[in-house]
Amino acid sequence: MKGFDLLAILLNPGFSAMLLHGIVMTFVVAIGSWLLAMSLGILLLALRLLPARIAEAAVAAYISYHRNVPTLVQLMLWYFGISSLFPAAMQEWFGEHNGEVLFAIIGLGLCQAAYFSEDLRSGLRSVAPGQEEAARALGHSYLGTMRFVLMPQAFRNAMPALVNHTVSLFKNSSLAMAIGVAELTHAVKEVESESFRTFETYLIATVLYLVCSLLLMAAGAALSRGTALAGAR
Amino acid sequence: MLQGAISIVSENWLLLLVGQYPNGPLGGIAATLMLSVLGIALAFPLSVLIALARISRWPLLRAPATALVYVVRGVPLLMIIFWVYFLFPLLLGANVPGFATMVCTLVIYEGAFLSEVVRAGIQALPAGQMDAARALGHSYPRAMRYIILPQALYNMLPAILSQFISTIKETTLGYVINVPELTFAANQINNRLLTKPFEVFLILALTYYVVCYSLSAATTWLERRIATRRAGPAPLAVMEAAG
Repeated sequence: MKGFDLLAILLNPGFSAMLLHGIVMTFVVAIGSWLLAMSLGILLLALRLLPARIAEAAVAAYISYHRNVPTLVQLMLWYFGISSLFPAAMQEWFGEHNGEVLFAIIGLGLCQAAYFSEDLRSGLRSVAPGQEEAARALGHSYLGTMRFVLMPQAFRNAMPALVNHTVSLFKNSSLAMAIGVAELTHAVKEVESESFRTFETYLIATVLYLVCSLLLMAAGAALSRGTALAGAR
Repeated sequence: MLQGAISIVSENWLLLLVGQYPNGPLGGIAATLMLSVLGIALAFPLSVLIALARISRWPLLRAPATALVYVVRGVPLLMIIFWVYFLFPLLLGANVPGFATMVCTLVIYEGAFLSEVVRAGIQALPAGQMDAARALGHSYPRAMRYIILPQALYNMLPAILSQFISTIKETTLGYVINVPELTFAANQINNRLLTKPFEVFLILALTYYVVCYSLSAATTWLERRIATRRAGPAPLAVMEAAG
């Protein structure tokens, strides 16, 4: 067995380029799916607030499916299953243009939208009912009340849960390796099998993931403090 | 499409249920459930210890427990699987089968996450419980053992059950190190058929859905039951009992 040597990985131009590319892909997948999840999560919440039973039931079914099926299985269904239903020309296009990245973003984003939507819903529910009544009494329309009075408070209430789910979305981006996305975990496996320095490679990746997650948690805590009401704590 | 799905299930139900058992290792849903039950059952005592260390007054206990929880929470489960897969055979000096690797990983991962649940449960109890126990002459360990933990753990049952559901979903990652469980079985079927990926993975997703949905319905039921128990008997019942 070779001695412990971190620099053998970090200073090797080939290995460090692979790891760097992996980090970039991890961020592409994580940020892309976060944006999709947040916009879809807000849309799902809006649908749920419509006075229609069907909308309510459809959103509830959506959330139930995405919360009760493992994320990895959802990704496999998208990448192996649903992609095979597209016309041949489109499948070819996916094959040539890194379709796996697209399906990873869609799969992770749709899954996380269910969690974000539920976080926002419970945030909205914990806004005191007097807030809505007061806003309406002051002459705000329903949409104005939502936009300027209720949703800002809902986001503030939901902040800790949203931060937690953002961290887990970031960690779940590693699942994309199972459908062949060349993100950080994938790069780690490649560097490991070429360098035979398993310990060093895993250590570098673990530290990278840990630093990013801790930064996200710290940023989330700072954001919660910044948006908290004066004297709320 | 529906016909295709039905014929896949009727030809492969045994593989989905128990894998290649008894001619090979146990797989399918049976292995998935065994992995999750073993994982959570072994993680539970560990999580209570970690939680007690985290609320301890001694930094020597508190610091490593806190560090462990943050590291496990900040690193993808996949990385932890790779670490265990790499380190355990080295430490034990013997081959570790995939199933055992996955159980060890789940114990470490779930131990850290459950310890946060346990800690929250302990800290959610009114401080008066501990004060009263100490005032009655119980030592700190005795107060924990006989007063605090029984109440906290009872209140936490729904949270533990929902952690069990997460564990079921996490066992799918065993696929990456070729642990024969449900996801692995579905991929075997898919590799054999080649032409029906949508049907195979839809069946897989629906199977997990049925298992996890029924468990989360049970969690909701348990939550309500515990809430009513905690609230005590309804005022009307008290009045009737008082006659």
